[in-house]
Amino acid sequence: MHAIELDHVWRVYQKYSARHRFQTFKSAIVRGDFFRSIKADELVSAVEDVSLMVEEGTTLGLIGRNGSGKSTMLKLIAGIAKPTAGTLSVRGKISALIELGAGFHPEISGRENVFINGIMLGLSKKEIASKFDEIVRFAGLEEFIDAPVKTYSSGMFMRLGFSIAINVNPDVLLVDEVLAVGDAAFIPKCLDRIDDFRRRGKTILFVSHDLTMVAKICDKVAWMKDGRLRMLGEPQRVVDAYLQDVAEKQEEDFQEKKEAAAETPASSVDGGREQRWGRREIEIRKVILRGPNGEEKHVFAPDDGMLIELDVAALEPHKDFVFGIGIFNSLGTLCYGTNTDLEELVPESIRGEGRVVCRIDKLGLINGTYYLDVAVHKRDGYPFDYHKNLYSFLVSSTKRDEGIARLPHRWEFGPNIGIKAQGK
Amino acid sequence: MSRLIGNLRELYRFRVLIQSLVGRELKARYRGTVLGFLWSFLNPLLLMIVYTAVFGLIIPPRDVAFNSKPLVYALYLFTGLLPWYWFSSSAMESSTVLMANGNLIKKILFPAEVLPIVTVTANLVNFLFGLPILFAFIGLFGGHYTAFILFLPLAILIQYIFTLGFSLLISALTIHFRDIKDILGNLLTFWFFATPVIYLLSNPTIQKSAAVRTLLNLNPMTHIIEGYHSALYFGELIHWKRMGIALAISLAFFWIGYSVFDRLRDSFPEEV
Repeated sequence: MHAIELDHVWRVYQKYSARHRFQTFKSAIVRGDFFRSIKADELVSAVEDVSLMVEEGTTLGLIGRNGSGKSTMLKLIAGIAKPTAGTLSVRGKISALIELGAGFHPEISGRENVFINGIMLGLSKKEIASKFDEIVRFAGLEEFIDAPVKTYSSGMFMRLGFSIAINVNPDVLLVDEVLAVGDAAFIPKCLDRIDDFRRRGKTILFVSHDLTMVAKICDKVAWMKDGRLRMLGEPQRVVDAYLQDVAEKQEEDFQEKKEAAAETPASSVDGGREQRWGRREIEIRKVILRGPNGEEKHVFAPDDGMLIELDVAALEPHKDFVFGIGIFNSLGTLCYGTNTDLEELVPESIRGEGRVVCRIDKLGLINGTYYLDVAVHKRDGYPFDYHKNLYSFLVSSTKRDEGIARLPHRWEFGPNIGIKAQGK
Repeated sequence: MSRLIGNLRELYRFRVLIQSLVGRELKARYRGTVLGFLWSFLNPLLLMIVYTAVFGLIIPPRDVAFNSKPLVYALYLFTGLLPWYWFSSSAMESSTVLMANGNLIKKILFPAEVLPIVTVTANLVNFLFGLPILFAFIGLFGGHYTAFILFLPLAILIQYIFTLGFSLLISALTIHFRDIKDILGNLLTFWFFATPVIYLLSNPTIQKSAAVRTLLNLNPMTHIIEGYHSALYFGELIHWKRMGIALAISLAFFWIGYSVFDRLRDSFPEEV
């Protein structure tokens, strides 16, 4: 049995232009012609030709970038928006957690709002009365339930909204990113409730940017890109594909940023944090970051390898020279720095153009932006060419470990400890 | 037509929702005010005092019917003002009600027509709260209690249907033509003076001019307000023909208002 069926569903919106929405008052009234014919370039499709079947009892995660059509999908399924083309059917009672506490009236008490909101969501007065204590307890608002809602903090407001919506006891639950506002104590409670739903065989559609959570609680994940359903399947696989796509996008952005930065003098960027000094007797002409297979790259996974490639040129032959690198995180903390001298490599000669490669087998850094210093100098520190903060790269990971480096490690457990990886 | 009936049936399912929203509206409206519900009476009362002062004392009514008796005139005024106030505040509030509750329309599955209906109904309840004062004034200001008061519910029903139709139309159109909100304020002022509230319909000046007479007769509110005057002020049988026409127009208005609303409904979530 399918709880949700979408068959070639489109949702097209008109681009916002306040003027010329209508022909005239006259034609609107006389001909019943409320909307003038709209040209194709004035339309924007939020959902394009999506076909999707969700089995009853499935928890489906919906991921994708901002503006990819996830929320529109939820609104279509909830019935708030109508599809422009295609058919859509949902079996059973729906409860949509799109905006919590939508419809609360600020002037009246929480108690009265619970009743009215419950009725709006399709409960009868009797049902609400029987669930009332549970709703209030879950929201943790026993003390404040008779105070006007306008006196609530945004957290209290949100908790009460969630508590009512979850107690509607729907067959299909739509959750849109609402958990993001809960505090550390409330989110696990919500997840517990959602888990409870799953066990009772209800269908859940879950929109979130928290990929770890999506991979954890969903049976299946759908990835939306530019209004289209890009991929549907096993959570980890889809999340990985999505991350790959995000990384590619970040890579592009990085390139663009770099090109833009190249057009402005280096010293003016970032308030002088990026600098270059030295008389360039030995010059670093070009610095390229590459992946382990030699492709140019700026976004790395923590376990990726990295090649730092320096094209250098010496105007005259030199015998005293040291190549060095330093990797700083966004706080300016040196994560790792080394040079050929510290590693007891003895310089003999350099002449003309050449290439230096520092090969890092495993980056071992955590999520974040990093800045790279490269330099060539004499052993006593006299700089030939010093590039400070001129290069940057990104480490992108779903892992949330902390610190300044990700030490290579593994967990092992004795036979009496049951523990397993997420989503398996 | 069948669509309308389907909608009405749907609406019947939402009666509990309408009920509780009306209750909320009334509670919330005067929450935090010192006088609370008294404002339901005070608003039309103050309006009556102003109009009595101006049109009863400063410019005495030329109409012989009032015979320079300001209290009788005040009673006449109040009989028309109270229902007019219901109509005009419903219309004004309806023009903003969808925008004000935009998050309901955008974020949850919510039958939008409930909102103008709640507005009109909440104002109806306010109007009903004013009736005891009106009844008291009949005794105090030299009016007569007659059995024709029994026709009062009929006038109220017709006005309810008419106001609903008008409010549905206004609320739906304002979403697309926001100018209506401003037009409406002026229209209602004009409309007020084109309805026999501060003067008698039998006023010779009006009866002499065919154009003015036609204008007033084309105004459904004329007949509705006259219904109140017949039942409460004159103590006479209501004009069946006038009331029949008013009912027919009201039903037509309701049908038009609801159809337009229904037709524009899908555009609300984008436009509010």
